[in-house]
Amino acid sequence: MTLLQVKGLGKSYNSETQVLKNVDFEVNAGEFVSIIGPSGAGKSTLLRCINRMVEINEGKVIFDNADVGSLKKKELRKLRTNIGMVFQHYNLVPRLTVIENVLHGRFGYKTTMQGIMGRFTEEEKEHAFMLLKKLGIEDHAYKRCDQLSGGQQQRVGICRALIQEPKLVLCDEPIASLDPNSSKVIMDHLKSITTDMGITCLVNLHQVEVAQDYSDRIIGLRKGEIVFDGPSKLLHEDQINHIYGTELRELITV
Amino acid sequence: MNEKKMRKSRMQTVVFLLIIIIVTYLSAAITEFNFLDGLATIPKALGWMAGNLLITAETLERLPAIMEKLLETIFMSIAATTIAAILSIFLGLMGSKTTKVNNIFSIFARLIASISRNIPVVAWSLILLISFGQNSVTGFLALFVGTLGFLTRAFIESIDEASQDAVEALQATGATYFQIVNKAVIPQSLPQMLSWILFMIETNIRSATLVGILTGTGIGYTFDLYYKSLNYNAVALVTITIVIAVLIIDSISNRIRRVIL
Repeated sequence: MTLLQVKGLGKSYNSETQVLKNVDFEVNAGEFVSIIGPSGAGKSTLLRCINRMVEINEGKVIFDNADVGSLKKKELRKLRTNIGMVFQHYNLVPRLTVIENVLHGRFGYKTTMQGIMGRFTEEEKEHAFMLLKKLGIEDHAYKRCDQLSGGQQQRVGICRALIQEPKLVLCDEPIASLDPNSSKVIMDHLKSITTDMGITCLVNLHQVEVAQDYSDRIIGLRKGEIVFDGPSKLLHEDQINHIYGTELRELITV
Repeated sequence: MNEKKMRKSRMQTVVFLLIIIIVTYLSAAITEFNFLDGLATIPKALGWMAGNLLITAETLERLPAIMEKLLETIFMSIAATTIAAILSIFLGLMGSKTTKVNNIFSIFARLIASISRNIPVVAWSLILLISFGQNSVTGFLALFVGTLGFLTRAFIESIDEASQDAVEALQATGATYFQIVNKAVIPQSLPQMLSWILFMIETNIRSATLVGILTGTGIGYTFDLYYKSLNYNAVALVTITIVIAVLIIDSISNRIRRVIL
């Protein structure tokens, strides 16, 4: 079943540079898809067009049979509850506790007043603790987020995305600020979101090897255009070189 | 930066220092301010202070009346600051880049801030004195207007500094504007905002004296009355009570600041 369709998507922030050009792809429910490409290729913009954190200029994004570009404010809010997002810099509120940050993921389902008063049902709280336990950070539930390590903070970020009960999780370079060990933990968790919970994942990655190890499918983006789209095992050295415009030898750092 | 550029910038520093010295000298010469004459008057002035600004047992009898006025002034400063702070939070939210609703509100908030801030509190006192007459509302309003401008400006900066990241994350979950403000923006900028409010309370207690002299309210008025009736002993007493009050409030707010930051 197709969950997400992107048709002829184009985006430019100013008249000189076109960030995305005629991007076309589809994502089926339950897929784990990585988007790779050099910095500035438009990976982040592409993800943010899907939940319309940036406005779409050309083309269409269809998520779960809804045309994202034409949604009104309220409908857009409803759409966003179905799409979780994980960020490179975790984007938590550092002065609040872990559990508070996780529960922030429920705001989309609440009225403004309920959100401001912090009214959450028992089920929501139990769900939050269940998720914290699943990601192995339930001991830190009442700690302030700025006391946690990067890897732990990213797990809080994942909990916040999952408590939305989303159909799709967008991950914008989730491991770019983490050390190799934490990166592995985070990638394993993300993978299990898809395999255990059946939630579709769309992940921006810098690391080609990580993308090959974890994803069912890889999309290669270069200068705003898709230059590769296929199963990860079909991604060979020439295609990588084409995506990054370099020899693989020069990619030691990624 | 190469060697040539470095030498050039060193030259610029020297030239700049020379200019400052020349300007200072010229200013003194034009206004006929003689530094040595100025120095020579200091011992005499100190002598006058020692001779006249003495607190005698007789003046201490006036202490209860002075204390009453002082407390009135302190409470007025606190009220002016807190009420201005509440309004400033809204103006700050309207004015900040992170949380602005639209550009018109943002410009409006910044305009109010800069008008009320850039007219000095002395000028506000005199303007309001004419329009409201001599009563404590005038003093209150003069402090209020200046505080509003300053705090709005400070809050805009605090909110801008509070990271945009969390706001983005909450937007992506489908949270509404007020949920985002209340749960992401305010928690992050609150300690800084409180710190600014405390700073403003201190500042206002200090300027309340001056505003009081100008608008005829509070401890400033008491000071002015004793001063004009040549009762210098009482003037000394008023001054000392003000200094002590400011010191106490400084130390209290420092302690609060240490707890919240």
